[in-house]
Amino acid sequence: MSMSEIQRDLSAEKIAKRPSRIAVVLDYVRRYPLGAAGAMVVLAMLFMAVFADVIAPYDPEENSFEHMFSPPSLKFLLGTDDFGRDIFSRIIFGSRTALFVGFVAASVGATAGLVLGVASAYFGGWFDLVLQRVMDVFMAFPLIIMALAVVAVLGTGIDKVIIAITIPFIPMCARVVRSSALAIREIPYVDAARACGFSHARIILRHMVPNVMAPYLIMITAFVGQAILLEAVLSYLGLGVQEPTAAWGLMLKSGAEEYAESAPWIAIFPGVAISLAVFGFNLFGDALRDALDPKLRMQ
Amino acid sequence: MFRYIIKRLLLMIPTLFGAAVLVFVLMRMVPGDVCEVRMAGFGAFADQEAIDICRENLGLNNPLLWAWPWWDSQFGQVMWGYLTLDLGESMWTGKPITHEIGLRFQLSLQVAFMATAVAILIAIPLGTISAVKQDTWIDYCVRTFSIAGIAMPSFWLGIMIILGLLITTQAWSGTPWMPPIVYVSPFEDLAGNLSQLIWPAVATGYRYSAVATRMTRSALLEVLGEDYVRTARAKGLLERVIISRHALKNAMLPVITIFGIEFAFLIGGLVVTEQVFNLNGLGKLFVESVLTNDFTLTQQLVMLVVVIFVFMNFVVDIFYAWLDPRIRYA
Repeated sequence: MSMSEIQRDLSAEKIAKRPSRIAVVLDYVRRYPLGAAGAMVVLAMLFMAVFADVIAPYDPEENSFEHMFSPPSLKFLLGTDDFGRDIFSRIIFGSRTALFVGFVAASVGATAGLVLGVASAYFGGWFDLVLQRVMDVFMAFPLIIMALAVVAVLGTGIDKVIIAITIPFIPMCARVVRSSALAIREIPYVDAARACGFSHARIILRHMVPNVMAPYLIMITAFVGQAILLEAVLSYLGLGVQEPTAAWGLMLKSGAEEYAESAPWIAIFPGVAISLAVFGFNLFGDALRDALDPKLRMQ
Repeated sequence: MFRYIIKRLLLMIPTLFGAAVLVFVLMRMVPGDVCEVRMAGFGAFADQEAIDICRENLGLNNPLLWAWPWWDSQFGQVMWGYLTLDLGESMWTGKPITHEIGLRFQLSLQVAFMATAVAILIAIPLGTISAVKQDTWIDYCVRTFSIAGIAMPSFWLGIMIILGLLITTQAWSGTPWMPPIVYVSPFEDLAGNLSQLIWPAVATGYRYSAVATRMTRSALLEVLGEDYVRTARAKGLLERVIISRHALKNAMLPVITIFGIEFAFLIGGLVVTEQVFNLNGLGKLFVESVLTNDFTLTQQLVMLVVVIFVFMNFVVDIFYAWLDPRIRYA
């Protein structure tokens, strides 16, 4: 065997050993079929939100009194509501509202929780104690009750809804991150970093935060689903996003119950959209948790 | 055990106190003040005299945190009110808040208990099947069913139940039937009462069965891997007996905990379900208080939920300690 042949052999082996991107994806699909299904839903939703202007056949906020209560047909795929607005278009545009509220509330809430949780674990002592007692107090409020109380004070509207949903997320994430960070603080490399004379900020940001990324990412995906659901609930109660913005919960508020019998499509489709979206994020989040951190698997 | 209960009771005090402070601060964060917002809600012109009377009645002219005697300060008044169970008056109806709550408490409590029963009836059998048939299509179906329970908004499920009832009764008897709207006490007319409340209980209970189903499944899976289960199998016991007598009993501890904690969350879930089924319960009162800017009522209802929540956690902890001595002496 000549030298060049050996080289060719080696390179062939190398290529065979490095799995292609597609293979990685396929492997993930095989190992987490439910997670892959969730990821599909999430991607479809992102696609819907980004290309809403192109996909939606009608203006989601335009009333059309000739076409009130039209049943689903080729012209109006999912029918029209009590203002003659096309439900399909409103669902497409509603995904923007849902994703916007979901991602902003989840990422801001989880990030604030990340910072507080890591700082609490790193500094320990009275700082940790006080912070944990404050978190205890916040955790004594069920999610929706806290959100409603904040809305009672701030009023309605999409920005206020985001604040109302973000606040209860902070202690939930801080709690989880703190327990992971406590374990990491005991690992020698943190002591080593301290011995090198690094600043607190550098140790927290460069040495601790990257190592609690797994629970942080898991919390974010879980929060997005919860935030979408919570936004729908608040909007349904008339305390969230206001008309005429297209939002799924809001679509169920106006008239869905009164017309349940005569025009059931008004009530059915927005709920399917909410359920699918939350379902997708939950499945994706569960699979992500299994993949990233088997220790966190639900006991 | 006694010492543990006392310790645990004392631990509740700072949490409840903190929650009271938080709610108090939240309600003072209303832009302007409660009375201005309230009076402006009536119409275009806010009568200065009316605002003054409202402020006087709510004690908003008193110092915020400190006065002599202390219970004359606003915060002192609120705290003293909790101790004497005087929750003040609703700004909307003018009646004592304890009266408003008392009217609706029975209904909400009944739905909450029924929903818990529904959740237990769904979660334990399904969780058991799912664990026994682990990684088969039955397991996947059950898991999908339970994740769907978390994903489906309970208000939408409620609307779908009403829609389903309308359609099936229409097809069955020719006339559509809706659950009655007026509440009757179960002691007067049990059938009428149940025909009204079973639907919201199902809508809420399904959602809350989801977490418990997964908990039953994983707890059972863990127990099924224990040595004593293998011993039972080696003895040649029937699989049915092993599951029900040996495994399920030992797997119940975390499941019961989940039900205890979930019960408090259920109260939050009722906020939504009562709206859909038009039930005049605490949840509906809560939403109405927020919609009508009835701040005193909102404040006290939030506190009520927190008290129930903290108390349920206490009960769960005590129960746990009673079952597991290691916790008591830790």
